[in-house]
Amino acid sequence: MALAVFRESVRDRVFYNLVFFAVLLVGASILIGQLTAGQDVKIIKDLGLSATSIFGLFIAIFVGINLVSKEIDRRSVYPLFAKPIRRAEFIAGKYVGLLLTLLVNVVVMTAAIYAVLYFLSRGVPAPVQSAWDGPALDPALLKALALIYVDLAVVTAIALFFSSYSSPLLSAVFTLGIYVTGQFNTDLKRFDQIVSSPIAAAIGKACYYVLPNFSRFDVKLAVVHGIPVSGAYVASAVAYAALYIAALLFGAMVIFSRRDFK
Amino acid sequence: MTTSLGTSRAIAGAGALLCLAGAVALHAAEERRLPKPAIDRPELLYVRSPAVARRVAGRYAGLAADVYWIRALQHFGQERLSPPSHVRTYALLYPLLDLTTTLDPFFSIAYRFGAIFLGEPYPGGPGRPDLAVTLLRKGLAAQPSKWQYMQDLGFVYYWHLRDFRSAAAWFQQAADVPGAPTWLRPLAAVTLAEGGHRTASRALWQQLAQSEEPWLRDSARLRLAQLDAMDAIDALRARVEAFRAQHPGEPVTWDRIAGAGLLPGVPVDSSGTPFALNPETGDVAVAPQSKLFPLPGQIQGPR
Repeated sequence: MALAVFRESVRDRVFYNLVFFAVLLVGASILIGQLTAGQDVKIIKDLGLSATSIFGLFIAIFVGINLVSKEIDRRSVYPLFAKPIRRAEFIAGKYVGLLLTLLVNVVVMTAAIYAVLYFLSRGVPAPVQSAWDGPALDPALLKALALIYVDLAVVTAIALFFSSYSSPLLSAVFTLGIYVTGQFNTDLKRFDQIVSSPIAAAIGKACYYVLPNFSRFDVKLAVVHGIPVSGAYVASAVAYAALYIAALLFGAMVIFSRRDFK
Repeated sequence: MTTSLGTSRAIAGAGALLCLAGAVALHAAEERRLPKPAIDRPELLYVRSPAVARRVAGRYAGLAADVYWIRALQHFGQERLSPPSHVRTYALLYPLLDLTTTLDPFFSIAYRFGAIFLGEPYPGGPGRPDLAVTLLRKGLAAQPSKWQYMQDLGFVYYWHLRDFRSAAAWFQQAADVPGAPTWLRPLAAVTLAEGGHRTASRALWQQLAQSEEPWLRDSARLRLAQLDAMDAIDALRARVEAFRAQHPGEPVTWDRIAGAGLLPGVPVDSSGTPFALNPETGDVAVAPQSKLFPLPGQIQGPR
């Protein structure tokens, strides 16, 4: 099932974005040197990490919301369920398949970022390099990229969850809504500072804990500036994501198993 | 059937390319025909609040900071290189730097380079060392142990504000940070002891000429050349005075001074430009067309 989703992604030309990404990075690396007064390495890191996150986000949402509905629309779900495949396996397979697509995407983008950084830093004298916040080929970038992947895994789980019972359009709206709210949910924690109602403050605080805290997966700024990100922090963020994903997948499995396809 | 379909596609493709080429050619022709309107439009800053920009940019704040940094560089360059008809205000420089550093509080080059831009005397810059201090203090609030910002603060107080006591205090504070270079402490002492003499200035710039940052090295080389020019001006003023004492009431020119044997020829600065000489007053200065112009006004006179 997972491999079928991956093959379908390839057939749907999902990986065309990689070509665009490569052109964007190479083009930017040529232009940026002229515009930024020696900050090209920092800007390529910012651009590479942000683009990996944005491109992945689009794939996670727009492929994720169609994973279930497409099968239902094409009625290919009926012969599928005639086989000995449980609905829970169907959901899990779809999820793992899209994760595989995203993994290939992130790995290729990582290689492209390191390649551009290598070419940018080649021949730069050591005293100049020592003035950079972090080395050009900083292994710590992998921590940021790994957490971007984890972040995309959570978004995919949310998209799949909504896709299990809703239309693609509504799933996209809900997923984007949760994603945007998840960026700002620290404000919900401080809701009591701007509202007088204790009930509203309590709801705000509850939402803060229940909604996914996407800021936990964002270490781009720290990594770009060579600020250490501890392994314990990464492990804790991964554990948080794993629990959240499990909750969403179980929820999607329960909803999908109750759907009537007659 | 397949061949005719292929031919139609090729014709349609060629037609699309031809139309696009036509549009480009028409646009270029119009551009050449119609003169550019001579309107000196002020630049716009759509988002003025750094806090709002931070919220809007969300997790892409680092990338947004890069965009604002590029805008700050372009704004500074555009104003600095603008024709004389344009009134240089550098009005957006600080707001752009403020936005950049709010979006990315660790963007050290924006603080350091930005402070140099802000402190630069008018018309080469906005001449706002007070804002340079504000920007660097903001950087220190984000990274309290960044000795480079303290060194830059000392530099702004020393070079632009001529407040040697504050400059020395910042150099001293920078020297106290673990890992700071050893030359900061003697520099603080020299600054405090000599109160802005050229020797202290030269010591500071010679240290900065060893910096890892190419832009700082270039700036230091220029400043060292300016200091040499100031010393040369002092020596030339003595020659001019000697000539005027020997030939009272006569106009003063380099040729006449050289003719009197007081100089080997027309004196030039390190950029190869002759020094300017006022024939009436006998005052010597760096010529406006020199790469060294303008010299830092406050320490131009002999000490």
